[in-house]
Amino acid sequence: MADYNVMEMMICSAARELEDGACVGVGTGAPCAAAMLAQKTKSPNLTIIFEAGGVAPLVPEMPISVGDSRTTWKACMASTMPDVMETGCRGMLDYTFLGGAEIDMYGNLNSTRIGSDHQKPKVRFPGSGGANDFASFAWRMMVLTPQDSKRFVEKCTYITTPGWIKGGNSRAECGLAPGAGPYKIITNMAVMDFEPESKRMRIIALNHGYALKDVQENCGFELLKAEKIVENPPPTEQELAILREEVDPYRYVIGR
Amino acid sequence: MDVIEKGVGRIFTDPDANNAREYFRHKSRALVSKLTTVKEAVSELIKDGDYISIGGFGANRIATSALHEILRQKKKNLGLAGHTATHDFQVLSAGKVFNRLDIAYIIGLEARGLSPNARAYMQSGEVEVSEWTNYTLSVRYKAAAAGVSFHPIRNMMGTDTFKFSGAVTVNCPFTGQKYALVPALYSDVALIHVHEADIYGNCRMRGIIMSDLDIVRSSKKVIVTCERLIPNDEIRREPTQTLIPYYCVDAVCEVPYGSYPGNMYQEYFSDEEHLREWLKVEKDPEAFQKFLDKNIYSCQDHFEYVERNGGIRKMQMLRQKEWLFRGARQ
Repeated sequence: MADYNVMEMMICSAARELEDGACVGVGTGAPCAAAMLAQKTKSPNLTIIFEAGGVAPLVPEMPISVGDSRTTWKACMASTMPDVMETGCRGMLDYTFLGGAEIDMYGNLNSTRIGSDHQKPKVRFPGSGGANDFASFAWRMMVLTPQDSKRFVEKCTYITTPGWIKGGNSRAECGLAPGAGPYKIITNMAVMDFEPESKRMRIIALNHGYALKDVQENCGFELLKAEKIVENPPPTEQELAILREEVDPYRYVIGR
Repeated sequence: MDVIEKGVGRIFTDPDANNAREYFRHKSRALVSKLTTVKEAVSELIKDGDYISIGGFGANRIATSALHEILRQKKKNLGLAGHTATHDFQVLSAGKVFNRLDIAYIIGLEARGLSPNARAYMQSGEVEVSEWTNYTLSVRYKAAAAGVSFHPIRNMMGTDTFKFSGAVTVNCPFTGQKYALVPALYSDVALIHVHEADIYGNCRMRGIIMSDLDIVRSSKKVIVTCERLIPNDEIRREPTQTLIPYYCVDAVCEVPYGSYPGNMYQEYFSDEEHLREWLKVEKDPEAFQKFLDKNIYSCQDHFEYVERNGGIRKMQMLRQKEWLFRGARQ
């Protein structure tokens, strides 16, 4: 088996979710690396879109901003933010990757604040940015994040970005587009999806070297378990070679 | 349409389209030169208490020279749209020039990390905030640019982002589908950096355009800085390239490398070394003050700032980086 680190494992897991012909809205860092890896392996016709307006670029190296020139390098279009978001709202954005300081069992995310006084928060984070937009519009929202119980919480201090809200049918009842929502949560230990009725987070695969117990101990709420839990295959030699040599040769992301 | 739910966030600007029409009715459409300096433009067009909007995307195609001038002139009590705000927000936070803020994205510099000083300012309680998202602030400009007072959106609902915004929810009169409505955002002043402009304010941009088309059309006053002035003949030779018409613009300032240390599409890449220094020096308040004195307060203009940070040698290197001419020059 090839030697690989946790970040490489997560990026490879994420890349495998992006099928050929799909359209993915990405940010900087690991999500962008995953989309680039997918494009260079099994999904050459993956459309990569950046929220600031970059449409279908051939990303030459890791962008440092979702609006820098790398996001329009050899692109099909340099557009506007409303155009990108409205493409999603019309129903043409299949995937997006998001993250946050907190995530709950329904996949709701907090990237705004810790503390109860909104006008004088204990800890302030950047806020929604395009996260609430992408999560509302993309058919399938995924999260790439380290597994720990401070992040996986019973209840988010603040919901910046919608997951399945309160589970069941509550998301569509809020007015958000039906059929869209959180899809997979990819961590250093496992892959989770959401149980179709309750919309609660559920373990479906474990990474090599981790047991169910490890995942549950690093999660602040009770995780559901799929009937059959599989082992998430480790990165292949080919995936690692492309990731290290073509996607992120300066190790900006995989060196973290 | 009855309002179902309503956010608690304050709406800092007047969304009334009739009031905006009355303002724009009296805005000059004359094809006259608007050439001026950044110093003059900021002094004459931005008043304490005004609400300002910034074009570009945080550290990409931003009007850095105008932001620095706002600090030098010690403007205060401004309102601000924190729309995709990164280095621009970091600069304005360094001068504490605003006290009310519409938030979509603040404090962070994306993959570079968070600004300690901007974060401390936002945790101090000195700034009143309302929450939005990148797209919903774009839509608020879009409504204003269209000359109406609101626009429907299909997000924010069900989250605290809605709760702390000034949005409302309603049912669609045609389909019954629930939507959120956001109020139009008419800014007092927009600051925008473009690739080329003529003396009248006709502007060309390349690369991503973000929300700039709507920002300049909906702002009462617009300050344009440009990489280079071009003749009006060139504008008229190829009018399809004009993205901003002269009658939206109040001031035109030629500022080469005007987005520095930010990225300018097909001109120069961002100065990552300098942006790292910003983030690092903010951790030590005394060192930060010296850094601001050196880079902003004691600089006469943008040229001096650029010269103090490597001048033309640095600009050549950033141009090579923009075009990925690797190994051309270290």
